[in-house]
Amino acid sequence: MTGAACAIAGDVQLEGKRLLGGLDLTFGVGWTCLLGPSGSGKSTLLRLIAGLESAARLDGHRRAPERIGWMAQADLLQPRLSLIDNVLLMPRLRGEPARRERAEALLASVGLAGRGDMRPDTLSGGQRQRVALARVLAEDAPVILLDEPFGALDPATRLAMQSLAHDRLAGRIVVMVTHDPAEALRLGNRVLLVGNGTIGEVPPLPPPHPRAPGDAELALAAAALLARLSA
Amino acid sequence: MRGLLTLLLPLALWQAVSALGLLPPFVLPSPLRVAEVLVAERALLAGHFLVTFGEVTAGLAIGVTLGAATAIVMCLSPPALRLLGPLLVTSQALPVFVLAPILTIWLGYGPAPKIAMTVLLVFFPVASGLLDGLRGTPAEVLDLARIARAGRLRELHWLRLPHALPHLGAGLRIAVTYAPTGAVIGEWVGASKGLGYLMLMANARMRVELMFAALVLIVLMTLLLNRGTHHLLRRWSM
Repeated sequence: MTGAACAIAGDVQLEGKRLLGGLDLTFGVGWTCLLGPSGSGKSTLLRLIAGLESAARLDGHRRAPERIGWMAQADLLQPRLSLIDNVLLMPRLRGEPARRERAEALLASVGLAGRGDMRPDTLSGGQRQRVALARVLAEDAPVILLDEPFGALDPATRLAMQSLAHDRLAGRIVVMVTHDPAEALRLGNRVLLVGNGTIGEVPPLPPPHPRAPGDAELALAAAALLARLSA
Repeated sequence: MRGLLTLLLPLALWQAVSALGLLPPFVLPSPLRVAEVLVAERALLAGHFLVTFGEVTAGLAIGVTLGAATAIVMCLSPPALRLLGPLLVTSQALPVFVLAPILTIWLGYGPAPKIAMTVLLVFFPVASGLLDGLRGTPAEVLDLARIARAGRLRELHWLRLPHALPHLGAGLRIAVTYAPTGAVIGEWVGASKGLGYLMLMANARMRVELMFAALVLIVLMTLLLNRGTHHLLRRWSM
């Protein structure tokens, strides 16, 4: 995974106004969490890094590898495809040969062994997001961009998915958007606060990540960060 | 069971009205009389039924193919969408039935104008239904195609078409219900065969019960197409 670079620099303009200014961010291996309230521009920033269409425009430049992994709050599973075919969707979209055995192994690695022929509508929300994670893993991309991927899950499932994703995506450059301070601090070895037109660094918790759910240091830091967000 | 009841109730009402003599038989023949004609004239009726059914299926096949192809081209090509989009909408302001006499002048008295009429009726619900579905594919789903750097054809195949299938199904359900009407109106304007022609001929000879027999067969054909399509689409979860 070395040699891949992911960076963004410049200003983000939205409808003639500056949404975020003076960006100069380089993302390294590990989890960088973009934390901020709704409307702060964190999801817009992630879309710009991904090179996706957006109402906003980047005055500056971005660097991202040819292949990136993308996971959104909606699992984006295709209801008419089996789980295997969902895992293989990205190579299919590129017109590459699909490797079924690998997809089976990836489903097993997210805890869904032997379920490849099932349809997404037979799964729970947490299981669906596991399939979405397997779809990202199938890309074997050096850079993974996550847009509030666990936001729609119940708290217990969210914790399990955070741990699973952190484990499976080790060694890659991961950038995750979230509005939850506890999630950002639990997972991030770097935490960036997006708001008021700028981005600021927040001191992350020292390793290990992900922190245990009941971690006292995590609870204190999350409460302090939440107070800062609502100030 | 309930389906049988919905069929029997109007029939019973119809029989009651005729039995009570509320309407003279040359205005409303009794259902039993119509049934007698259906049996007695079965060879005649079957021949005309097959002619109309042939026109309807040909019109459906051509109309669905043209409609689906138009929607796909409009989805793949933005210039085609800009050009054909307004045309597709304004074409619906034209009551296509008024074209029937013109189609007969252009295409003659054979099956062609009847098929053309059916095609005109079938085309729009299929094209607009499929196009709505293709273009209504959620933006966040299409993000996956951007991320994969997929071409338009693969995006169409893997993301847009699967999303549009239920919309296409809704269009097809409407299309099969319209199709017999198109063929029959074509036959009214000028024909020597078909159930529409038979209705006009029976009308001219004051054979109201034969008109009703033809009408029953048109209703049966529509129901047959409707139920057949419904089962086929359900099997494909459309």
